[in-house]
Amino acid sequence: MNGAHDLGGMHGFGAISPEPDEPVFHADWERRAFAITLAMGAYGRWNLDMSRYARERMEPAEYLRTSYYEHWIHGLQLLLIEQGLLSAAEIEARMQRIAAETDAGAES
Amino acid sequence: MNELPMSHHKHNDPLPETVLRVKALESLLVEKGLVDPAALDALIDTYETKVGPRNGARVVARAWADPAYRERLLSDASAAIAELGFSGRQGEDMVVLENTPQVHNMVVCTLCSCYPWPVLGLPPVWYKSAPYRARAVAEPRAVLEEFGCSLPEDVEVRVWDSTAEVRYLVLPMRPRGTDALNQAQLAELVTRDSMIGTALPRSP
Repeated sequence: MNGAHDLGGMHGFGAISPEPDEPVFHADWERRAFAITLAMGAYGRWNLDMSRYARERMEPAEYLRTSYYEHWIHGLQLLLIEQGLLSAAEIEARMQRIAAETDAGAES
Repeated sequence: MNELPMSHHKHNDPLPETVLRVKALESLLVEKGLVDPAALDALIDTYETKVGPRNGARVVARAWADPAYRERLLSDASAAIAELGFSGRQGEDMVVLENTPQVHNMVVCTLCSCYPWPVLGLPPVWYKSAPYRARAVAEPRAVLEEFGCSLPEDVEVRVWDSTAEVRYLVLPMRPRGTDALNQAQLAELVTRDSMIGTALPRSP
């Protein structure tokens, strides 16, 4: 599939900018995204090629704008929904619930 | 190349809803019994503290010190690496690329971020970034210069594009002046980037 992920040879992305003494993860959400993706991979409902294809189906402009683990989470969510393990509605509802709880916690 | 927004792609802040989405997915998956929270913590601990480029450095140092091991490593990399206890996820089919005075090898994954986890750990952000994936195959010498790696004109640079199946590890050339060093001392000279091929090992 010739999508935005097929970056070999493209121009205009600028310098590479390695980060000295880079940590393995840059934030806790990255740790959790990594772990749930690996754990669900081991669950065995999809293989590595299906995972990659799910990430590659991210909307191209969004793919280029977002980071590695955001690609992973996009792919994981797509596979969970396609495989009938979770529904888009229950994910949305859970996000709203967690946001509301976080706000309530911040106000108290 | 100057300060275009895209040049800051090295590590963007997440979309506002991403953190929330990760929490929601984990909470639902745990609630439905699809993932075990203890297993999640164990996975994070493994890749944060146990697996990393020190593993690959041990492989390289052994190959420098032990010609029979080097032969095994070049003919069946996965098996030779497993001899040192390194195997598993994202390293099932390994190929080792030997640098010589004539050939310098460099590894990229233009399509995503395939990388030999058992020997190098998880890839750094720059390896997964658009600039490296785009440029490594188009202008490898310019990329090497950016990493401070300047090679003579007569050295051939070979760039290897990883796939989900085959993962590459570069076997750098042993630095001069290291005859008296043991394997542990040799391993100290082997940097992560020298095993990706964007740098040379340290000198003693």
